[in-house]
Amino acid sequence: MANDCTTVGKSVPRIDAAEKVTGAVQYVDDLQFGPSLLWGKLLHSPHAHALIKSINASRALALPGVKAVVSGKDTPKPIGLYLKDRTIFPVDRVRFVGEPVAGVVATSEEIAEQALSLIEVKYELLPAVYDPYEAAQPGAPLLHPDLGKYEVVNFIFPEPGTNISEHFKLRKGNVEAAWPQCSAIIEDIYSLPQIQHVPIEPHVAVARWDKDGQVTLWAASQSPFAQRDLIAQSLDIPHGNLRVIAPYVGGGFGGKAGISIEANVVVMARAVKGTPVKVRMTREEEFLNTNVRQSLFGRYKIGVDKEGNLLAMEVAYYFGGGGYNEYGTNIARAAGYSCTGPYDCSNVKGDSHCVYTNTQIGSAMRGFGMPEIHWGLEQIMDRLADQIGMDRVEFRKRNCVRTGDTIVTGMKMPNIDLVKCIDLVARGIGWGKKEAATGLNKCRGKGIAIMWKAPAMPPNPGSSAIIRFNEDATANVFVGGQEIGQGSFTVMAQIAAETLGIPYESIRMTVNPVDTRYSPYEWQTVASRLTWSMGNAVKAAAEDARFKILDTVAKYWKEDIKDLDIKDGVVVSYKSEREQPLKKMVVYGLPNENFEGWQGGPIVGSGKFMPTYVTNLDAETGQGTRAVVHYTVGAQAVDLEVDTETGVIEVLKIVSAYDVGKAINPDLVLTQIEGGAVHGMSSAFEGYIYNDKGLMINHSLVDYKIATSMDAPRKIQGEIVESAVEDGPFGARGVGEHVMVQTAPAMANALADALGIRINRLPLSAEKVYLAMLEKGIVK
Amino acid sequence: MLHEITFTVNDEPVTLAVKSHHTLLRVLREQLGLTGTKIGCENGECGACTILMDGEPVNGCMVLAVEADGHKIETVENLNKSGELHPLQKAFVEKNAIQCGFCTPGMLMMAKGYLARNPHPTEDEVRQAIVGNLCRCTGYIRIVDAILDAAKEVA
Repeated sequence: MANDCTTVGKSVPRIDAAEKVTGAVQYVDDLQFGPSLLWGKLLHSPHAHALIKSINASRALALPGVKAVVSGKDTPKPIGLYLKDRTIFPVDRVRFVGEPVAGVVATSEEIAEQALSLIEVKYELLPAVYDPYEAAQPGAPLLHPDLGKYEVVNFIFPEPGTNISEHFKLRKGNVEAAWPQCSAIIEDIYSLPQIQHVPIEPHVAVARWDKDGQVTLWAASQSPFAQRDLIAQSLDIPHGNLRVIAPYVGGGFGGKAGISIEANVVVMARAVKGTPVKVRMTREEEFLNTNVRQSLFGRYKIGVDKEGNLLAMEVAYYFGGGGYNEYGTNIARAAGYSCTGPYDCSNVKGDSHCVYTNTQIGSAMRGFGMPEIHWGLEQIMDRLADQIGMDRVEFRKRNCVRTGDTIVTGMKMPNIDLVKCIDLVARGIGWGKKEAATGLNKCRGKGIAIMWKAPAMPPNPGSSAIIRFNEDATANVFVGGQEIGQGSFTVMAQIAAETLGIPYESIRMTVNPVDTRYSPYEWQTVASRLTWSMGNAVKAAAEDARFKILDTVAKYWKEDIKDLDIKDGVVVSYKSEREQPLKKMVVYGLPNENFEGWQGGPIVGSGKFMPTYVTNLDAETGQGTRAVVHYTVGAQAVDLEVDTETGVIEVLKIVSAYDVGKAINPDLVLTQIEGGAVHGMSSAFEGYIYNDKGLMINHSLVDYKIATSMDAPRKIQGEIVESAVEDGPFGARGVGEHVMVQTAPAMANALADALGIRINRLPLSAEKVYLAMLEKGIVK
Repeated sequence: MLHEITFTVNDEPVTLAVKSHHTLLRVLREQLGLTGTKIGCENGECGACTILMDGEPVNGCMVLAVEADGHKIETVENLNKSGELHPLQKAFVEKNAIQCGFCTPGMLMMAKGYLARNPHPTEDEVRQAIVGNLCRCTGYIRIVDAILDAAKEVA
């Protein structure tokens, strides 16, 4: 099949390119709502942890132009994806600096801003806790005394009476029995601070609550359907009355997944029925108020025998989930069932916790727990290889997972080739060859790291698609997944064209905006799941449409449908060699002989996909038949240089290889690999910095730097491996997040190669590198 | 307070009453409906609102609308006014130098302004030229390639 493909596997141009280069694309902030539009602003908590004693908005409401002020008393009902641990506005307690306490609606943004300072909130301060490990200890200040009463899905296990919102346990073999057999054991702690997605498009939402009860939300969103579900439940809106409209997203990376300000804006609109209300986050608010990647405190103990075989792994992860963990609980769970990284090990004890901390809400971010745990895992693997005197690449090839292995949860590993990924990056970086530094006071080194990641989601997230034909044999493809830059619409068009047997140019992706009133259902644009899951739905819809076309023509020709095919927009018979173009017949059908009646009619195909084979895992051991649908694996190698006068790291080259099953569009896979490598590199230098009151102080792009064109490595080499996965369209699986998972540890390993120093806590700042060099006596 | 200003936007003369504290970015987007220029930070830190003022790239969020009085402004909407994509736009499409597209208008305008001054740049010079235009998706490599490709075409 794969060899016969005309569109799949080809690097066709992006379907959204022209409208994006001309500025014609409309993001939420570009939509026009006319002069009656009202503006909203959110009042943020100045305290990390406090009880709300009273909110007095009377002075704000007296300000001319102010239309409404809303707060927790208006939103008593909980909301949340996996664990309903929050209300839209806090009712009686704030849990981080920056949490929205109230919302003002006014005739202009300036008036709304001014009104914020007139709202009087009385707080009673509570002790706060910021570090996830400390927060998990007995006696730590409790953020959620009512944790035991919250509604929770059946695969998340909170521990009431503590700050632990999820505790995933993995027990396999017997680690205690294995330690004495190890020739080398490394025990250490690796940790990292919160980081931010920093999409260039800030969060924007507009809502209108009509007097007849219809509610419309326009949002920069990866999750229009999930937002509809969560908001509808929390505000008692019938699902059919809540319409979420989500145009192209100007960068998501998980930051626009789930819910952040959108529900707040709907509540603000409810207070001024009939008039739209818009909230646009400032860059400062993006840092202080929107979701972040969780912090992690990770304790590792890993042992090998003298031949370099991994014998035992004991890991304890404490994710700093922030004030609310409704989404973040599942990150800890994903880190729990994947706690070993891409390694085969018979004895494993893993404990993964999501912990409430008085910091920004930790939620989905590209990698979903995997960059966090691989940061420590992949450095320790290097150190173990060094201790037993084995090459770091060889060590990984010896121990990495292979197809058919019984992995840590007891599941059989679907088709992958991680060894090939490792070989490709080792060759690409010139493994084992020492390169000359580019100048005096420069030290150069190479590092490698490998990764795995499964789509982390509930067992049964659904996708659906509809395909409708036009008179000229072009086809409109309707889906509910989002284009956030990853190229999903292009890939869906390729899958549809290939399956239908029509040219790529004949596909019209009819998605922008995703509109929950008209678009087919899609759970969320997360988990690198669209190519795979939505791709399966599009393929099913195309097969349905194709069958209807062939059935019509078979009856018209009085031939067996098995002899017919569609090639380049024409139905052909391999038996009679007759041809019937799709034009017109896909709408008008075909006449019987002598026009005695007709066959067919307007062609509409529909399809869905939902994984039905994922099983729950045992609560005490994390064992089960199938923990996840599949894994994507990959390897990365980094060549970098350190300036020994300043401690500044410059990444010279990154080589990445990922097993994507099947590259539907190879060049788009490479663009993910390149962008992800730079995102991963950037993430190694990023981190939230807090003062002692829990205020994040580097809340601007000047103080929180992301990689610029000058920082990006000059060379990024991407390699694609294709071991078809059985449950993906044409064998494809996702790669969008994986591409940044192991960059930071690969850099840390290269740093160790260059200078012999190890950094246990991100970021890899020049200051930390310099201090480590001082300690080691490399500089004086 | 309102001020009347007269300036040229994408070769068209425009006279407008603008508020003293409004930026050129806001006026272009909210009064003229030119939404191709994006709001990323309103602090001069991300480059998403880069436009040309008398041919020089500026951050639209760092220019007050009143300062545009008497000047010539060009936005992304002008690039393909003839109906044909500009060589920079073509190069961005061909190189797949676009992902989410939010930084793209600013990148294009920065590149256009820069190439007018330096038609034959090196790779390092292009990287330096767009250092104030942040992109979170692409890793910049294809953007730099696209600008270098377009330079050959433009020159």
